[in-house]
Amino acid sequence: MKNSVNREIPDDLMKKYDYEGFKTTEIGNPEIQRVAPKVHVSTGDNKVVDSIKDVVKETVKDGMTISFHHHFRNGDFVFNEVMREVIDLGIKDLTLAPSSLTGVMNDMVIEAIKAGTITNITSSGMRGSLGDFVSHGGLKKPVIFRSHGNRARAIEHGDIKIDVAFLGVPNADKLGNANGMEGDAVFGSLGYALMDAQYADKVVLLTDNIKSYPNTPASIKQTQVDYVVKVDKVGDPDKIGSGATRFTKDPKELKIASTVNDVIVNSPYFKDGFSFQTGSGGAALAVTRYLRQAMIDNKIKASFALGGITKPTTDLLKEGLIDRIMDVQDFDKGAAESMHTNPKQQEIDASWYADPDNKGAMVDQLDVVILSALEIDTKFNVNVMSGSDGVIRGAIGGHQDAATGKLTIISAPLVRGRIATIVPDVTTVVTPGDSVDVLVTEYGIAINPKRQDLVKALSSLPGVPVYHIEDLQKMAEAKVGKPKPLEFTDRTVALIEYRDGSLIDAIREVKD
Amino acid sequence: MDIKSTAIAGTLESSDIQITISKGSNGVEIELDSDVKKQFGDQIEKVITETLNQFGLTDAKIKAVDKGALDCVVKARTLAAAQRATDTVDQPAWEVL
Repeated sequence: MKNSVNREIPDDLMKKYDYEGFKTTEIGNPEIQRVAPKVHVSTGDNKVVDSIKDVVKETVKDGMTISFHHHFRNGDFVFNEVMREVIDLGIKDLTLAPSSLTGVMNDMVIEAIKAGTITNITSSGMRGSLGDFVSHGGLKKPVIFRSHGNRARAIEHGDIKIDVAFLGVPNADKLGNANGMEGDAVFGSLGYALMDAQYADKVVLLTDNIKSYPNTPASIKQTQVDYVVKVDKVGDPDKIGSGATRFTKDPKELKIASTVNDVIVNSPYFKDGFSFQTGSGGAALAVTRYLRQAMIDNKIKASFALGGITKPTTDLLKEGLIDRIMDVQDFDKGAAESMHTNPKQQEIDASWYADPDNKGAMVDQLDVVILSALEIDTKFNVNVMSGSDGVIRGAIGGHQDAATGKLTIISAPLVRGRIATIVPDVTTVVTPGDSVDVLVTEYGIAINPKRQDLVKALSSLPGVPVYHIEDLQKMAEAKVGKPKPLEFTDRTVALIEYRDGSLIDAIREVKD
Repeated sequence: MDIKSTAIAGTLESSDIQITISKGSNGVEIELDSDVKKQFGDQIEKVITETLNQFGLTDAKIKAVDKGALDCVVKARTLAAAQRATDTVDQPAWEVL
């Protein structure tokens, strides 16, 4: 069938996995039933073990669902150490359900798929060799991609039932009280992992730093933890996040950033007490710098900043320009440190951050959101998942979730090399155009015609030409030419869920 | 026109293309390496062949390493390589551009 963003969704898979096609970005007010984990009762003594192998042997059985978090990003040691044991023990037919997959995990995942250890995957995204492997049909069953908010929803609904969660932490005491802020391999907020700690039947912490009992502040609590495994090193601090944040000198990025700032400042949302979320890319960091000046000049302060946090944002908190940071993930050391020292920077879990089936998530309160795009089409649909060659190389992250903000700005260059960013139809729809309001390029902006209020507010800004998005698309095509259409087989290698759990698109195997 | 020696033009920087041209006897034979080969491979080869033909070369071996160059760049690099290979750099073939 075709869903409401005109994407062909394979009927057989919809039936098999009991899916509905994507209809609308409106969540409504349904009543839902959440699930609860099984608890193996204990007084909490004897949780500490020093063999990953023994714990895996004890807890992981054929056909189970296991999970990990990706807060260590490319500095992660835990995933590969655990998966090594899982493969070597000959365990088969597992579902891998991490919060996301980073490059350092790719080789191990491919090995586990080839060994029959992993037969299902659900993730926020994948890149590099693993994305290539899956796009070429390496995994029999389709990968299911979910946003961070949708993963929280799926866990609460029981769509993802985690049997065993393996969670690396930079510190823990003997009963499992742990946080992400102290130790060698600190990453700050444990936001995504908190879901696993709360809902998995068995929770295994891995740490290189056993603290005296009781360890506080406890983000993960002893009431949730079954085992604490002592390992040599949980991660490489240098690869967890970028060190010092550098501001871009790229004139194209700076131009885009200053235009994004113009759009925000001249929108009806730029007033005292507004809230915002920016990403971690070069342009997003530069936006934060321009926004800071605009806030000082106009004597405006923000009530909160949300999402993945970087040092430029925590600097605004320190300066008093932001009142609170609601922190689900930290992208650099400075942000992680700030969460440790500044009580106004609140750690939030993925459900609080972005779960649509909630009694109110943070994203629902969000005014201004700046997001990026691999592609955006003339219907304002955004792709952050598949490359221009059709190969999986991205992650939904919080894109669909944050895009529900009141003013959602996509910042993207008109072209990247010979690849147009603005296209007639995106390769894969991840975020529906209905939730996107303004596109900012280095040439000018395009406003979603559904937002006539913004058309009125932004149409006569000096130095900010407004185009129809079709014109920007033609401008891009005039520069790079018309690409030959991509060729795919009929086989579906991945399904993209919208944040409400409906199917928004499917990715097919590339033909090479 | 004859190719007198192997010649090269262009760099491996983003948005450039490096063209190496040497003697051939079987039409214009192109070995193309490009990240956008799937989408633009045919177009790049077409521009190289047309530029060489217009310049007066019908036989040549081309190695092209593309880093996302636009058509105008492909054309310019191809022509520069061809003029170097035919030892005609002192007579720029403006009409080909």
